[in-house]
Amino acid sequence: MATQDSEPLLRMEHITKSFSGVTVLDDVCFEVRPGEVHALIGENGAGKSTLMKIATGAYRADDGQIFWKDREVEIKSPHQAHQLGINIVHQELMLVPQLSVGENVFLGRHPAGRAFFRWVRWREIHGQSKSLLEDLGHRLDPRRLVGELSIAEQQLVEIARALAFRAELIIMDEPTSPLSEHETTRLFQTISGLKARGVSIVYISHRLKEIHEVADRVTVLRDGRHIVTRPVRDTSAADLVRHMVGREIGEQFSDRQSQATAEEALRVEGLTAGGKFSDINFAVRRGEIVGLAGLVGAGRTELVETLFGAGEAEAGRVFLDGKPITIRTPMDAVRHQLALVADDRKAKGLVLGASVRFNIALAASNKLARWRLFLNATREKELAGRLTRELRIKTPNIEQPVMYLSGGGQQKVVLAKWLSADSKVFILDEPTRGIDVGSKAEIYDLIRRLAQRGVAIILVSSELEEILHLADRILVMHRGRINGELSREDATEERIMQLATGGDIN
Amino acid sequence: MSDQSAAPARQEPQPIGEQTSPARWRLARANLLRRFAPLLGLLVTSIALSFLSPYFLTFDNLINIFRQSSVNALLALGQLLVIITAGIDLSVGSILGLSCVLLAMMLKAGVPWAVSVLAAIAIGITLGMANGLLLTKLRLPHPFIPTLGMMNVARGLAFVISGGFPISELPEGFRFWGAGTIAYIPVPVILIVVIYALFHIFLTRTTLGRDVYAIGGNKQAAMLSGIPVDRRLTMVYALSGGLAAVGAVVLAGRLNSGFPLAGDGAELDAIAAVIIGGASFFGGVGTVWGTLIGALIMGVLRNGLTLLNVSPNWQKVVIGAVIVAAVWIDVLRQRGKGKRRLFRK
Repeated sequence: MATQDSEPLLRMEHITKSFSGVTVLDDVCFEVRPGEVHALIGENGAGKSTLMKIATGAYRADDGQIFWKDREVEIKSPHQAHQLGINIVHQELMLVPQLSVGENVFLGRHPAGRAFFRWVRWREIHGQSKSLLEDLGHRLDPRRLVGELSIAEQQLVEIARALAFRAELIIMDEPTSPLSEHETTRLFQTISGLKARGVSIVYISHRLKEIHEVADRVTVLRDGRHIVTRPVRDTSAADLVRHMVGREIGEQFSDRQSQATAEEALRVEGLTAGGKFSDINFAVRRGEIVGLAGLVGAGRTELVETLFGAGEAEAGRVFLDGKPITIRTPMDAVRHQLALVADDRKAKGLVLGASVRFNIALAASNKLARWRLFLNATREKELAGRLTRELRIKTPNIEQPVMYLSGGGQQKVVLAKWLSADSKVFILDEPTRGIDVGSKAEIYDLIRRLAQRGVAIILVSSELEEILHLADRILVMHRGRINGELSREDATEERIMQLATGGDIN
Repeated sequence: MSDQSAAPARQEPQPIGEQTSPARWRLARANLLRRFAPLLGLLVTSIALSFLSPYFLTFDNLINIFRQSSVNALLALGQLLVIITAGIDLSVGSILGLSCVLLAMMLKAGVPWAVSVLAAIAIGITLGMANGLLLTKLRLPHPFIPTLGMMNVARGLAFVISGGFPISELPEGFRFWGAGTIAYIPVPVILIVVIYALFHIFLTRTTLGRDVYAIGGNKQAAMLSGIPVDRRLTMVYALSGGLAAVGAVVLAGRLNSGFPLAGDGAELDAIAAVIIGGASFFGGVGTVWGTLIGALIMGVLRNGLTLLNVSPNWQKVVIGAVIVAAVWIDVLRQRGKGKRRLFRK
């Protein structure tokens, strides 16, 4: 156990960092004691990752000081962080799948001879990595290829790699999100083993239950600021949620009237895709906006993309207007007048090099064409011109390549694409991510107008405010399941967070 | 109060990424360069050659250049479709060879020439479609793989079926398509003009052409917009194979022979013509017009250098340099885009 009075191993003081004018970290202080497991929590975008990237030399702070064992240090690169003894186990594991366990553990600094050819000492590599892994309580053949290992085993290789670097501080970024419960328990055993050896751990997680199980102290960040640091045993999950959310209950109800009709538009029954989500049941009515809340990695994007035919479902049925339909490809979805505004507009929504007109017509070129074959330039121009004006897309003309539009402008083009396809069910995945405030308000307005016109809307968003602001009903996902449903009246940020972190609401 | 205390005129906030005028100029210049660089290259080369050789700028020679370029132009057109989808088709030379041999055998066996020609084209389409199906159904990682396979299979079959010997003395009626003329203009040249016009309409005026550009520009976005990506890709490779077979008809007619080595290495000339013509290996960019110019630049260089008594070996050196220079322009353009993207973040 960490002692109260021991000198901190790492101390970060008054750290400030901004990216192109947006402050991501504002005067944040953070410390880790030797042999301590320190949990770092906060909502999406609270600044956890940025703070840890500064500690590991991936970013440099604009302002503030870092002390390592009471000595001020500048961490200019990940290499330097390694030399000090700071290592990170990334969410996306950074291993070379084609190489063996041993090679990965010693990647970049294979023990080698001093002769001209510097022969690699394989026996040393395999022997040492084997004993490192055994110290962690696992038997793993160091000659196996990393690509053949399970995620949990790969994580272990990363931890062994950190130990091979003589790490004194290991940062684990959401280590349990890809793990099963059994694997999670084993990871906790590994963590207590590390603690016993005097290694400190920063544990980033969204799962409040785990924090009470594994951590000694917890620090909450919100909107780039340090909110609180205290021993875990002095806090409850409810306290932590309140600190993470920060706003008072019921602060921001909008007075929007629900436009939901009684007519059911889309119903999903028992939709399951192995490892991503399971047994999803819900329905959306015409004019209704159903919010889909949850933390990053809860399976929301996977769910909506599978629903749209871009992923394979193992089980489940989908009904449109009460009739069963089959959606195997996005083509089927578009034919049934579904629309997907995907979470990454540049990768999934737009042909960036092509014009505004081209992109607006992308999902509807058949409908606009003569005999479904010959493009009808006049109708395309009319439509693109009308939608550009209606949605107030800022562009010099409709022949402008969309890559030169602002984020908000690009997102409006994606929405215009589905408007031209006459879609009846809109699935919006993070529709305002990375968009300026002005365009955001306009997009909210558009979503509401769509509902008014009787379009059914599924809104995936990690911004609680956004969901509370727009949704008539909120489904909250946790680890691939719908963990609860909140009506507009009952929904608060706290209740959503409670459900999203795996709890239940009384 | 005085004017000075008045609030400064409200400025329309500039959205992030809205280009400033220098950026717009750069864009306009890049577009202009892309559209006209190949044509400019063709004109400069032609003017230079007409000073260097008195024979270059004669009607007969110019017609000759067109005729010599026609087979490459046909293969390049198919290759253009494939390259717009960010793919590559290495098999067109071999498909030409196999169709050429089968065509000659059918003609020799007394099959009417119209039937033989249509059958040869059907064979080309089938082989191309096989490329497309291998790519999309087997989910092979890159079109390089199925078309490299087909390149070897088709060439091998061409030798197996022909026994390695050319099949010559083809019927007169058939030879019209490769060696005939209409009002002094060679039939292959007329064929090229007609086919190029049709494909220009196909790419710019039909939904199918639109889909081809969308797939090359962003395959995932195209798929998520409901475009049947696999079907379109199969179509593109089938068309490329079909055009290679049309090339076989022209070549066999002109040389009065079907031989298994026909079109050997022609896929690389076709790729070169497409790239010189301003298409991008990154996909989504390329025009029928540019590809025609690209094929003509290669024809003009070969013809001009031959007139100047430059050995075929040195001709290769020059053409190689031109290919690299053309792609370098493409890279510069891409790098410009990347810079702007970084700048915006």
